[in-house]
Amino acid sequence: MMMAAASPSASPGAAASARSLGGRLSAREVGKTYDPDGACVEALKDCSLEVDAGAFVALVGPSGCGKTTLLNMIAGFDTLSRGEIYMDGRVLAAPERRRRPGPDRVVVFQNGALFPWKTVLENVSYGPVRQRVLTRREAQEKAVDLLRQCNLHDVVAAYPAQLSSGMQRRVEIVRALMNEPKVLLLDEPFRAMDTVTKTAMHQHLLEMYRLSRKTVLFITHDLEEAIYLADTVIVMTTRPGTIKLVINVKLERPRQPKILFSHEYLELKRQAAESIHEEARKAFERGEREQA
Amino acid sequence: MLWMRNRSFWMMWLGYAGAAALWYGSVKWIPIGPFRRLPDPVAVITEWLSPNPTFGISIFTSPYYLHILYSTYRATAAFLLAVLLGVPLGICMGWSRSFHRYASSLLGLLRPIPPLAWVPLAILIFSGAEPAVIFVTFLVAFYATTLNTLTGVSSIDQDYFRAAACLGATRKDILFDVVIPGALPNIFTGLQIAMGAAWFSLAAGEMIAAQYGLGFLIMESYNLIQFPTIVIAMATLGIIGFLSSALIRLLGARLMRWREQSLGLPA
Amino acid sequence: MLGLVPLRSPARCRWRINWRGAVTVAGFVLLWELLVRFGGAGLEGIPTLAQVCRAFWDKYLTNAQYWQSWLVSFERVAYGFALAQLLGIPLGLLLGTRRIFHEVAYPVVELLRPIPPLAWVPLSILFWPTAELSIIFITFIGPFFIIIVNVHDAVRSLRKEHLWLARSLGATPSYIFRRIILPAVIPSIAAGMTLGIAVSWNVVIAAEMIASDVGLGRLTWEGYVSHTATTVIIGMISIGLAGYLSTLVVSYAERKLMPWQK
Repeated sequence: MMMAAASPSASPGAAASARSLGGRLSAREVGKTYDPDGACVEALKDCSLEVDAGAFVALVGPSGCGKTTLLNMIAGFDTLSRGEIYMDGRVLAAPERRRRPGPDRVVVFQNGALFPWKTVLENVSYGPVRQRVLTRREAQEKAVDLLRQCNLHDVVAAYPAQLSSGMQRRVEIVRALMNEPKVLLLDEPFRAMDTVTKTAMHQHLLEMYRLSRKTVLFITHDLEEAIYLADTVIVMTTRPGTIKLVINVKLERPRQPKILFSHEYLELKRQAAESIHEEARKAFERGEREQA
Repeated sequence: MLWMRNRSFWMMWLGYAGAAALWYGSVKWIPIGPFRRLPDPVAVITEWLSPNPTFGISIFTSPYYLHILYSTYRATAAFLLAVLLGVPLGICMGWSRSFHRYASSLLGLLRPIPPLAWVPLAILIFSGAEPAVIFVTFLVAFYATTLNTLTGVSSIDQDYFRAAACLGATRKDILFDVVIPGALPNIFTGLQIAMGAAWFSLAAGEMIAAQYGLGFLIMESYNLIQFPTIVIAMATLGIIGFLSSALIRLLGARLMRWREQSLGLPA
Repeated sequence: MLGLVPLRSPARCRWRINWRGAVTVAGFVLLWELLVRFGGAGLEGIPTLAQVCRAFWDKYLTNAQYWQSWLVSFERVAYGFALAQLLGIPLGLLLGTRRIFHEVAYPVVELLRPIPPLAWVPLSILFWPTAELSIIFITFIGPFFIIIVNVHDAVRSLRKEHLWLARSLGATPSYIFRRIILPAVIPSIAAGMTLGIAVSWNVVIAAEMIASDVGLGRLTWEGYVSHTATTVIIGMISIGLAGYLSTLVVSYAERKLMPWQK
């Protein structure tokens, strides 16, 4: 059993203020078993991790290792079979219990979930309006403000289909941040993008993280992306998924692209890559056996 | 007048002219019995546009519009009823798995019965042709609407539901913010199909068992040996059917302006 | 049901009975019984489900004429439907691939399409020498237009890039046709056939009511004329069953044509 702990890398002052915003996650021996057609499939097993408020954590692993399952349980889309998940000391998920999805932990989805039938402005202001936290006008003003900060001011009246995928994803992140979530959950958000767009998105995300200092749980299969963005990289095993390795990334913030060639970065990558390749090989062999 | 220089435009009229010529030629010059009996296009057109038609039906006579009115009223009533019942039912069936299980068996049993087969029973139950015809037309439109709405709802990407839930939406919010807009394209496809099918069914129902209406006109002209009028009624049916579907399609385009805005590059 | 999000429950055993569906069906039958017993004027002559089953068992199950009407109606649908596919699919392909043909002929198709198949009945009776042929013409017209439109739309929605790529790689026109156009068109053909068979059945019934003396439609109509609701209901159920069986046959063919679909 591996206990993963993650803290934000920053000055003590920033850490203290982040803590006051909440968003401390804690998972204890979480397990998830599916039961399709009577065959027991164990997706997750004995996952335990601790995420400090304001930390940027990346979850890496081969396909099918259960990282999305874990995210779904934190977000409230799915129940867990064993263990508990806490947020700021209160139960988030337990067997037979599940807190409904809510604005305290908003998800940004892999294929984008901006409502195609609403404009950017309507999308971004959706959350606070529906929760009746702000009036429509207040929400829209705040939305325009946030969008301007992110250089998305000119697409305010456009429909999502008119935007490039990079802009769509940025708008979706702004939509999430509008709700002042305690935790921001990103499920492989840049997976389907080309390298250039992805690089730009990394900078945008890091900027948003710097400004908002929310706890971020970032799921990806791209190791380089994980190390570049996060304070802590958690490597998961293949199915049944469990925490294999925790790497503390002590690189300086704000992250610049040039650190991709620094000695520290490459060393971190080497550490993680060995683990990942081991798991990938296991998954491959199991796949071969299953087909045989 | 750029469109007049467009080749497709002229080709289209060539096609129409060709078809009309074929029709005329086959009726006038092919010396086989069957062709002789058909009315020729010239006779039909002259009849249709004549202020004093031989058989009493043309664009200048009021019985023509009376028949159109009856048919349109029946089709609209049946269609509206089908939409009022079919869309909510489709939404419930597409959204809630248990509701779907309750309803699908019954629907599956009743659907294979061709709507027109209901006509005799409907006449007996509703003691009259008018409600029976509307009922049968309603049935056809109802099936098409429900099925397409169901497909529309169940094909909405699950992520939209999840995103809305994260953002604090209640069940009611999700209905209006995700389910209805998400299913709207399929709903409108269903409505177009329902409208077309309704007209088909209505015509048949009127031919079998009604007074007044374009279907009735077809049968009556046949019985009274007023052949050009048959074609007039057929053509009118076609035109009105086409117009009503087009109307729905336009309405759909209006409501779903966000669809037209896409940049066009497929994923 | 858990909350706001339609959670996909794990797949169940395929042979499980849909108990909830059975409940609704039972409810429907109960409603039927109640309406017949306590309903108003129009519902007096209507038999209950039990009476219908009884009548079927006594009078129809062993009646040669009844099964003969099955055969007659089936034949009419089969001929009309098959002809519609045989003529419609090539025509649809022609309309979709040859530009000139499309520009000249497709507008005419669009013009004729909205005319209800049944509206063709009088012209059909006038034209064709026998009643049988005129009915088969009607069962032909419905699926004919459906399949032409489906095939035509499928060909036109082929991605041009695929065609250009094939041509630039040196494919002959016949190769392109066999290996690119045809496979892309098959799903639309399947959908068109499923729709077409339903339309054919719908139409044959009505056509028989108007213009024939044999067949399941005629049977139903005679029940109506003689105010025998039992016959009407038996006719309806028979027609529904026959239509359902035809749809099964078409689905089977569909699955054979497209083994890659789930």
